[in-house]
Amino acid sequence: MSEEKKLFKVTIDNITVEVEPGTTVLMAARKIGGEVAPPAMCFYSKLEGSGGKCRTCLVEVAAGSTADPRPMPKLVASCRTNVMDGMIVKNITSERVVDARKGVVEILLINHPLDCPICDQAGECHLQDLGYDHGAEGTRYEFKRRTFKKEDIGPYIQLHMTRCILCYRCTYVADQLTNKRVHGIVERGDHAAISTYISKAIENDFSGNMIDVCPVGALTDKTFRFKNRVWFLKPVNAHRDCTKCSGKVTLWNRGDEVFRVTARKDQWGEVEEFICNTCRFDKKETKDWVIEGPTLVNRHSVVSQGHYTGLEMPKETIQEVMNGRKPKLLMNIHDVSEVNKPEIDLSAIQGPAHSEDFK
Amino acid sequence: MGRKLLLEKAHVEGIRTYEVYRREGGYRSVEKALKSMTPEQVVEEVKKSGLRGRGGAGFPAGMKWSFIAKPEGVPRHLVCNADESEPGTFKDRYLMEFIPHLLIEGLIVSSFALGSNATYVYIRGEYAWIAGILEKAIDEAKHNGFLGKNILGSGFDCEIYIHRGAGAYICGEETALIESLEGKRGNPRIKPPFPAIKGAWGRPTVVNNVETLCAVVPIINDGGEEYARIGVGKSTGTKLLSACGNINKPGIYEIDMTISVEEFIYSDEYCGGIADGKRLKACIPGGSSVPILPANLLLKTAKGETRYMNYESLADGGFATGSMMGSGGFIVLDEDQCVVRHTMTLARFYHHESCGQCSPCREGTGWMEKILKNIEYGKGKPSDIDLLWDIQRKIEGNTICPLGDAAAWPVAAAIRHFRDEFEWHITNPVAAQQRNFGLAHYADPLEVAATA
Repeated sequence: MSEEKKLFKVTIDNITVEVEPGTTVLMAARKIGGEVAPPAMCFYSKLEGSGGKCRTCLVEVAAGSTADPRPMPKLVASCRTNVMDGMIVKNITSERVVDARKGVVEILLINHPLDCPICDQAGECHLQDLGYDHGAEGTRYEFKRRTFKKEDIGPYIQLHMTRCILCYRCTYVADQLTNKRVHGIVERGDHAAISTYISKAIENDFSGNMIDVCPVGALTDKTFRFKNRVWFLKPVNAHRDCTKCSGKVTLWNRGDEVFRVTARKDQWGEVEEFICNTCRFDKKETKDWVIEGPTLVNRHSVVSQGHYTGLEMPKETIQEVMNGRKPKLLMNIHDVSEVNKPEIDLSAIQGPAHSEDFK
Repeated sequence: MGRKLLLEKAHVEGIRTYEVYRREGGYRSVEKALKSMTPEQVVEEVKKSGLRGRGGAGFPAGMKWSFIAKPEGVPRHLVCNADESEPGTFKDRYLMEFIPHLLIEGLIVSSFALGSNATYVYIRGEYAWIAGILEKAIDEAKHNGFLGKNILGSGFDCEIYIHRGAGAYICGEETALIESLEGKRGNPRIKPPFPAIKGAWGRPTVVNNVETLCAVVPIINDGGEEYARIGVGKSTGTKLLSACGNINKPGIYEIDMTISVEEFIYSDEYCGGIADGKRLKACIPGGSSVPILPANLLLKTAKGETRYMNYESLADGGFATGSMMGSGGFIVLDEDQCVVRHTMTLARFYHHESCGQCSPCREGTGWMEKILKNIEYGKGKPSDIDLLWDIQRKIEGNTICPLGDAAAWPVAAAIRHFRDEFEWHITNPVAAQQRNFGLAHYADPLEVAATA
């Protein structure tokens, strides 16, 4: 018995779940899934030390633990708070949380340019989702939005500082995936910016992952810039033998053309396995890849409108209702009636057909 | 005349040098602690003294010391927070500039109690010349055997290093200070883990204010119980106040926390009243971060009792009708001061000093400043006041470190107590550019004021 690992019971929004000690409240909530999982803009489970900054995942702790059932006075960042046994957490069931989250969303958006119509991230942007799910319809901010001097950070990555929400994820990627970080946060407060050390280009084999972890359109793929909207592309899983990474990717196709390559993302929008720049930027032909099949896309995502969901032939309704018998009579309506004027060629009509055309 | 513990010898000629300081009875506490006490006994004395952190939060220092983790083979650190950047507070500067050896003495005793062999003083970047003074004091102490290896034959080694900041208010927050000390960007860390478990370089660390560490000296010299006898209730010992604003005698005053606020402002021993016979309008009793109070609530609590200069009495009534002791930056505003302009100045400060790590503070402080600027310059709208209130509410308590709270409280308190002055600015934009709202009813007896 004693060798068994003791699991902590934690209740989030009245749903109890058992998790291992050391799990954060956010990860426990993700185990439950659905709306119970708080949104996270800066936390990234694959990046050590991330989280705590955006404050969208704030939750109320109604009881600290069985041993000490006092509630926590402040809302806590669920991504950086570890569960205790018997902890009771309120997320969407707490008015305080809903209110605070609405405030955070508004605050995140006051200096955001809202240039979604020309932003490559649109459609897969976490800030868009957050705004729709937790924000208000309008803003009360009536001042000029902040702007930055443009900076070129190399041939592969496009930096739009105005869109950045300073989640620090890209700095963690550089710290944890690459040998040397050459970019970081410069300046302070609301003029803090992502920048390279004296305008160097970011060049290393894994720098492209900064694009994948960026929750907004601040870091986008330069090779994909203005090429297509993500929801017109069909994501398919593919792989290749790569010496640097696992080679497991998602291709974003239109027809046979590969528009871009990204890492595969899980249901929380997090990368499953980081990929190298060769796979991401240089292998943009179908023949480079072994295609596995369509990527599963959450049906709430706008991307799902154009993606393959397992090929399925349309049902042959008549055969089904006839129960195997051949129909006795199948005829062309035009053979018996001229009422629809078959001599009029619809394609020859300018614009939409009108009653005048059938006179 | 209250008893002085820290500033008793501040005016002795040449007290800045080791010889004079030693002649005046300096370093007695080091001898006493290292020769006749164990580290645990020192911590116990500080606990008994009831000394509360003088940096602003007022957390009992002895308690903080007892939290420090003591894992085997891991060095521990004491860090002195000399990054005194709070507008209105300048007490640490005075201590370090005039009696640097008092701080060094306090540091040695505290390092001994905590087992810190490498102790750091993180000093505000702007205090460049004081860093030099402290360096000199450290050299002198080392020369005389109070620092270095095997101090006074006790087997205890200690070195003190001065580290100059680069001019950021946020580095006064203990975890940001530690980050900065490590050579990183001064972003506050997310707590837990607290520095007492995992601080500088991942080692157990205690961060204390300059005044707190100086106060350890009289505690060890006279004993914790003797120290606790001074003051009242949980506000033990003496407190340095840096008084500034519209008073006749701005400066540093050491009080024993038994005098009333009225006495502090008007008596000749302390601030000496308000210049040119003007009347008191408002006051920020503990540095820019604490709520501002109108004259009527400052001198008397909401219950009609006299307000005293101590932790409990200043906080009486919570944030609805009270304020905080804070770091002791006593800012007095007379009847010609404009609370809106004053609040705008503070909002600008917090906007400028926000580290930009977490979103509510990064974006919210700038937003508040812009709205306040509009109101001050006659472009405000009636809805702006409620908007300000809502923004400060969204910032407060939702940030990683207390800077968000510190930015929200002054705005909240100004709106809470001076709402009609804000409204006057909005409804009379032209007049607001030419004259001040004046004293209005802010000094009237209580029933009339106390607007929620």
